[in-house]
Amino acid sequence: MEWFDNGWGLSLTVFLPLVGAAVVMALPRRNELAVKSTALVFASLSLLTSIIVALRFDYGDTSQFQMGTDLAWIEAISSRFHIGVDGISLPLLVLSTAITVLSVIYSWNHWPEPHNPKAFLVLMLVLATGMAGTFVALDLILFFVFFEVVLLPMYFMIGIWGDRTKRRLAGLGVEVEMRLYASIKFFLFTLFGSAFMLLGFLALFFKAEPNTFDMVALSELGRAGVFTGTFGFWVFAALFLGFAVKVPMWPFHTWLPDAHTAAPTVGSVLLAAILLKLGTYGFVRISLPILPQQAQDWAPAIAILAVISIIYGSLACLAQTDVKRLIAFSSVGHMGFVMLGIATLTDIGINAAVIGMVAHGIITGLLFFLAGSMQHRYHTREMSRLGGNMKLMPVLGGILGFTAMASLGLPGLAGFWGEFMALLGSFNPLDGLNLGVFRTAMVLGAVGTVLTAGYLLWMLQRVNLGEVPAEWASKEFHDADGFELAAWVPLVLATLIIGIWPKAVFGATNDAVVSLVERTFG
Amino acid sequence: MIDYHGLAPEIVLAVTIAAVLLLDLVPIPKYWTAVAGLTGLFATVVPILTLGVLRDETITMLGGSYVVDDFALILKALFVATGFISLLLAVGFVESDRYYQSEFYFLLLASVLGAVVMASSRDLLTMFIGLELVTAPSFLLAGWRKGDARSNEAALKFFLVGVLSATILVFGMSLVYGATGEITFEGIRSVVAAADLGGEPVFVLGLLFIIVGFGFKVSAVPFHFWAPDTYEGAPIPVAAYLSVGSKAAGFVGLLAVCYLAFPDVRDIWGPAIWILAAASMTVGNLVALRQNDVVRLLGYSSVAHGGFILVPFAMAAVYDGAGLEEAFFATVTYLLIYAFMNLGAFAVVMAVADKTGESDVGSFAGLFGYAPGLATAVALFFFSLAGIPPLAGWFAKLVMFRAVLNDTGTWGAVLAAIAALNAVIAFYYYARVVKTAWMDPAPETLAVPEAAARPLAPSLGLAMGIAVVAVILVGIFPQLLAFFGDATKAVAFGF
Repeated sequence: MEWFDNGWGLSLTVFLPLVGAAVVMALPRRNELAVKSTALVFASLSLLTSIIVALRFDYGDTSQFQMGTDLAWIEAISSRFHIGVDGISLPLLVLSTAITVLSVIYSWNHWPEPHNPKAFLVLMLVLATGMAGTFVALDLILFFVFFEVVLLPMYFMIGIWGDRTKRRLAGLGVEVEMRLYASIKFFLFTLFGSAFMLLGFLALFFKAEPNTFDMVALSELGRAGVFTGTFGFWVFAALFLGFAVKVPMWPFHTWLPDAHTAAPTVGSVLLAAILLKLGTYGFVRISLPILPQQAQDWAPAIAILAVISIIYGSLACLAQTDVKRLIAFSSVGHMGFVMLGIATLTDIGINAAVIGMVAHGIITGLLFFLAGSMQHRYHTREMSRLGGNMKLMPVLGGILGFTAMASLGLPGLAGFWGEFMALLGSFNPLDGLNLGVFRTAMVLGAVGTVLTAGYLLWMLQRVNLGEVPAEWASKEFHDADGFELAAWVPLVLATLIIGIWPKAVFGATNDAVVSLVERTFG
Repeated sequence: MIDYHGLAPEIVLAVTIAAVLLLDLVPIPKYWTAVAGLTGLFATVVPILTLGVLRDETITMLGGSYVVDDFALILKALFVATGFISLLLAVGFVESDRYYQSEFYFLLLASVLGAVVMASSRDLLTMFIGLELVTAPSFLLAGWRKGDARSNEAALKFFLVGVLSATILVFGMSLVYGATGEITFEGIRSVVAAADLGGEPVFVLGLLFIIVGFGFKVSAVPFHFWAPDTYEGAPIPVAAYLSVGSKAAGFVGLLAVCYLAFPDVRDIWGPAIWILAAASMTVGNLVALRQNDVVRLLGYSSVAHGGFILVPFAMAAVYDGAGLEEAFFATVTYLLIYAFMNLGAFAVVMAVADKTGESDVGSFAGLFGYAPGLATAVALFFFSLAGIPPLAGWFAKLVMFRAVLNDTGTWGAVLAAIAALNAVIAFYYYARVVKTAWMDPAPETLAVPEAAARPLAPSLGLAMGIAVVAVILVGIFPQLLAFFGDATKAVAFGF
C-alpha cells in the first residue's frame, strides 16, 4: 500500500470522478441505467478511496500533511502538483466524497426537468473532482484551478435544471426565469472574488523568496513575517474578497438565496454542503497561516461581519414564505458562526469552525434534500399552503423535524458544537484582539441562536404540524422511498454520531488546529 | 550568404502557393486546390521542425535582416497552424459560394507567407514588406462576397484603414531611420543606446508613429473601429483569420520592434502601451456586452483580448532582465493560446450558422437539445475565452497577470486590477452565448429536426477537433505550451 500513501490514494479520490465523467460521456444517452450505475460506481470508488485515506491517516501527527505527493506540473511558472491532507482538510474531503455519492443515489429517480441524466451526472462528477481537489491542493495555482472548476458544472446545473418560475426583478425591465438569473449571478459574484484572489496569489508568489506557490513554504515565510505592511494588507484584502464571496459573508451574500432557491435539489445540496466550505476552508488554509499579522488586524472586522451575517440571516429567514429560500438564508447565519469561530484566531474557535463546516454540510444538505422531496410531492414551496406534513408523510416529516432540531443547535446533535464553541471562543479571543468587539459579538451571536431556533421552529409549525389543509386532504402522498432513505439515513446517523461523539471530527482536527494556532499566532 | 535550410519553410510555402495557382488551370474539382494548400501548409511544418531540432545556433542572413531563432520558429509554426485551421474553415464555405475557390486559397496562403516572413524579419523594411504581404491579400479576402454590400463595406473600411496605418507606420520608420541612420533592429538599438536618443523629438515621434501603426494592426483602442465592422461583413473564415493570424502578425511586429529595436527607450513606449492596453480591454469588453451578432461580439472580444495581450508590454518600462523576459514570455504564450481558442470559437459559429442559417446570438438557442456535442464545443471555446479553468484560456490570463505583478509597484497593480475587472465583465457576454445555447428553448422559427439532421462539414469538424484538443490539453497541462513560450525568452537578450 505504499503507492497508495504516496499520493495515489488522494489522486484517485480526486480524479476517479473525472474519469467517471469521461466514461459516462461515452455511454449512449438513452441507456439511463448504465449512465446512472456508472456514475454511482465512480462516485462510490472515490468515496471508498477517501475512506481508505482516512483509515490510513496517522492521527498521531495530524498537523503534518500526509498521503501526499509533490510533482512537477507547470514548470514555466513554478507551479507544482502538490497535494496532501492534514487533520483540517481530511473531514472535509470525506464529507465531499460522501455527499457526492448520496446525491447520485438521491437523484436516481428524482430528475428535474429537462431530465437528461447523462449530462446531469457528468456535471456532478466534474464537480466532485473540483471539490475534492480544492481540499487536497497545497499549491496556490492548483487550489485556484480546482476552486474554479466547481463553477462551471454548478452554473449549468442551476441554469439548465433550475427553477423555471418567472420573476420580474427590480432593476430589470423584463421577466426573467429564476434559473437564468441565479446561475449568472452565482458565476459573476464568484468570478469577481476569485479574480482578485488570483492577483493576491501572484503577489505572494513574487514577494516570496525564492518565488513559490507552495502553501507550506509560504506559511513558513508568513510566520517569519515576510508578508507585512501595506503589501500584506492588500493581499489579505484580495484573498478576503475571493473567500468571503464564496462563504458567503454579508454583504457579499446576495447570490446565495437566489442560487440555492433556483438550483435543482441536488445542486442546492452540493452548494450548501460543500461549495460554501471552499471559502471558509480558504481562510483557514491560506489566509491565516500565510498572513498572520493581517489576520489579526482584520479579525475584529471579520467578527463584526460574521455577526451581521448571523443576525441578518436569521431575520431574513423569519421573513421567508418559501421553505427552500428559508433554508438558503439559514446558511448565511450558520456560515456566520463558522466565520466568527475563525475570527477568534484561537484553537477553540477554529475547531468550532471546522466542526461547524462539517455539521452544516450534513444538516443543511439534508434539509435541502427534504425540501426538494417536499416540492416533488406538493409542487409548491409556499409554507402558507403547506401543513400537517407529519400526518401525510410521517417518515419524511419526522426526519424534517429531527434535522430542524439539529440545525438550530440542539445539544446532542451535530449542529450544537460549532455554534457553542464559536461563542465560547469569542468570549476569549486571541490575546491582543479587541475584547469588547468579540464579547459583544458573542452576545449578539447568542441572540442569533435564539432567532435561529425561532425561525426553524416556526417553519416546523407551519409545515409539519397542524391539520392537513383542504388542498391536500383528498390527495394520496407516498412517504419517503428507498432511494430517498438511502440518501438521508447516513446523514441522520452522522448528525447523531457527531453530536454525541464530536471526537469523530475533533480527533482529526484538534492537534492540527492547536499546532496551527501555536505556530502562527503563538 | 543564403542558408537554404533556414529559408526552407518560406520556400515550401511559396512552392505551395504556385502549385495552388497552377492546379486551378487543371480541370479537376476545385477542392483539390484546397487539399494542395493544406498539404503544403502541413509540409511547411517539416522544415520548421527540423530547424527546431537540428539547428545549433541562430541562423542569421542578409546582414542581420533575416534571422531564424526559437522565437521566429515558434511564431512561424503558429502562423502555419492558424493558416491550416482557417483554410479548413474556408473549404466548405467557399465551396458553397461556387466561385473563385482557388484564388481564395491562394490569397490566404500568400497572407500566411507574409506572416511567416515577419517572424524572421529583423529590420524595418523587411518587417514592413512582410506586414504588407499579410495585409494586401486580406483586403481582397474581406470583400470576397462581391454581391453582399456588407462584405464590400468590410473590404473598403479595412482597405482604407489598412493603407492609413501602413502610411503611419512607414512614416514612423522613416523618422527613426532619419534619427538613427540604421535600419536593422540591432543597429538601431546600438545607436539609441550610444547616443541616448530618448530626448530627441524626431526619434520619439517616429517611435510613437510605429506604435500607432501596429496599434491599428492589432486593433488596439482607439485604433480598433474598423475591426468589428470588417469581421462582421467579411466571410466568417476570413474574420477568423483576421482576428487571429493577421492580429498575431501585428503583435509579432510590435514584439520585435519594442524588445529588439527599442528596449532602451522602454520608458517611452511602456506608458503608451499601458494606456492602449487599459483602453482596449475596457472598451472592447463594454461594447461587446451590447452585441447581438456573434461575429461582431467576437470582434469586440478580440479587441479586448488584444488589450490583454498588450498588458505584459505595459510594465516593461520598470522591468529589467528576468521581468522583461517574463513579459515577453507572457505575450507569446497568450498569443499561442488565443489563436486556438478564438479559431475554435469561429468554427463553432460557422457550424451553428450551417445549421440555422444565421449568426446572431439568438440562433444558438436550443442547441443543447438538438446538437449536444456542438453545444459542448460552444461552452468549451467561449469559457476558454473567458479564462475559466481548466480550459486553456486560464493559463493565458495567469501568465498575463503574472507579468504585471512581477513588480509590486502601483501602476502594475492598477493595471492588473483593471484586467481582473475586465475578465469578470467579459465573462458575462461569453456566458450569454453559452446560456443561449444550453438553457434557452429552440426558436419556433427553426425546423429543429432538419437542423439536427444537417451534418457537420468534415473539414469544419476537423478544425474544431484540433482546437478542442488544444484547448483541453493545454488547459490541464499548460507546460505543453509554456515550453514553447519559454524557448522564446532567450530572444529578449542582454538585459
